[in-house]
Parts: sequence; C-alpha cells; structure tokens
Amino acid sequence: MLVFNFWLFAGLAMISALLCITRRSPVVSALWLIVTMFSIAALFIILGGQFIGAIQVLVYAGAIMVLFLFVIMLLNLGRGEPTDIPGWWGKAITLGIGIVLIVELWAVTRIVPAGEIRLPAGTMEQVMDQQGAVGAISNTLFRDYLVPFEIASVLLLAAVVGAVVLAKRRL
Amino acid sequence: MDLLGSALAVSAILFSMGVAGVLLRRNAIIMFMCIELMLNAVNLSFVALAQQLGPEGHVFVLFVMAVAAAEAAVGLAIIIAIYRHKETVNLDKVNLLSG
Repeated sequence: MLVFNFWLFAGLAMISALLCITRRSPVVSALWLIVTMFSIAALFIILGGQFIGAIQVLVYAGAIMVLFLFVIMLLNLGRGEPTDIPGWWGKAITLGIGIVLIVELWAVTRIVPAGEIRLPAGTMEQVMDQQGAVGAISNTLFRDYLVPFEIASVLLLAAVVGAVVLAKRRL
Repeated sequence: MDLLGSALAVSAILFSMGVAGVLLRRNAIIMFMCIELMLNAVNLSFVALAQQLGPEGHVFVLFVMAVAAAEAAVGLAIIIAIYRHKETVNLDKVNLLSG
C-alpha cells in the first residue's frame, strides 16, 4: 500500500511538473506547480517527514506560490501572450539535455554506497518514537544548527529589505 | 527501506524537468517557478536520505525552504523592476548588457 501510494503521488508530481513547464499561460503553469508541490508534500509524509510535509504545504504551496500568483496578477500576465517556447529545434535540444541529466543523476545515485555513514536500521523510527516527529527535528535544529538558524533569520531580513528596495518606485 | 532508490530516481527526474524548463522557457516568472521545482526535487532527496542518515536531512530541508523564500521574494521584486522598465518579462528582450 505504501509503495502504491508512493508511485501514485510520484506519478502525479512528474505529470504535473511536465505540464507546468509546457503550458503557455503563467497562471496555468503556477497552478500545475501547486499540484506538484502538494504531491511532493505527500511524498515527504510517505518517506517519514510528516513535519516537513506540513511545512511544505504551508510555505511552498501556501506562501511562495501565492507570491507568484500575486506577481502574475500585478503584472497582468494572465492572458495569452505570443508563446515563449522555441521551435522544435530548441525543444529537441532541451529534451536531449534533460535526458542526459536524468541519466547522470541516476548514475550518481547508483555509485554512491554511503554504507559507512548509514545509521543502523530502524534508528530513525526509534528517534521519531522517542522524541516525536517535531522533536527530532527541533533537537537537531536548536542544538547543533543554532548558529545557521540565526543566520537564516538575518538572510530573511535582508531579503525583505531587498525586495522592498527593489520593487518600490522611489523610497 | 526500498523506497530510497525510487525516491532518488523521482527526485532526479523532477530536477531534470526543472532544468529543462529553465532551458525551454523565456518567460522570467516560469523560469523562476522551474527553479522552485529544482529546489523541491533536492528537498525530496534530502528527506529520502534522512531515513537512513538521521534527522539532519529534515533540518537542511528547512534551511533550503528559508533560502527559497528569500530567493523568491528578491527575484520577484527584480522581475517587477524589469517589467517596469521594459514592459515585458520575456528574457530574450532584456538584453541591456549584450550590446
């Protein structure tokens, strides 16, 4: 059942990603990307990251995609423009590069053994049982990665200030 | 768990679709959405590997999301600024530096 659900959502994610990069209208592309992100959230939950799945729905499908749709609305790009997709020559080159990249990445996942750094089987489930899905993440985040966490907050502050400065007509 | 290989394969396919979208499209907003798709594919492989390598994978997904949010905010602000000057988001027509 788990495997069936995995492939169901994996297929949904791949099909909607393909539709996202081939639709002409930016609004339709954005809506298909939201479907992709929901499917990836389901994949996170299937793979044992329940908290990450919830955050994926909240942050990506909720916040970031609303930002995209808001900009599309603001720039009035919804109606059909002349297409920006190149002719069959460009499509063939893109398809070729994409297939080469898939093969390369697949080969990388084949040759990396990672046997020495792998935890004993069941360790992650044990940690999840003891500390909970959120506790396992927060214990790591706020103990070992506290300084990067604070730096991320500075990064977000810089991004907020930068976005206002860039998008405002005059300060 | 035997889903690890499948998850990495799905992640590779989604990442390649993001790269193909960036190469295929000239609309700046859709190129941006393809970048988000690539980040999501990387997150998928982080979560898949976290089952065997510990909860650091989940922590890194949170950092990737923070960087993606910052990048989306700044990038969309840049797109708005470009649109204000050029009246287009087609990047073939934004060729100020190509002479």
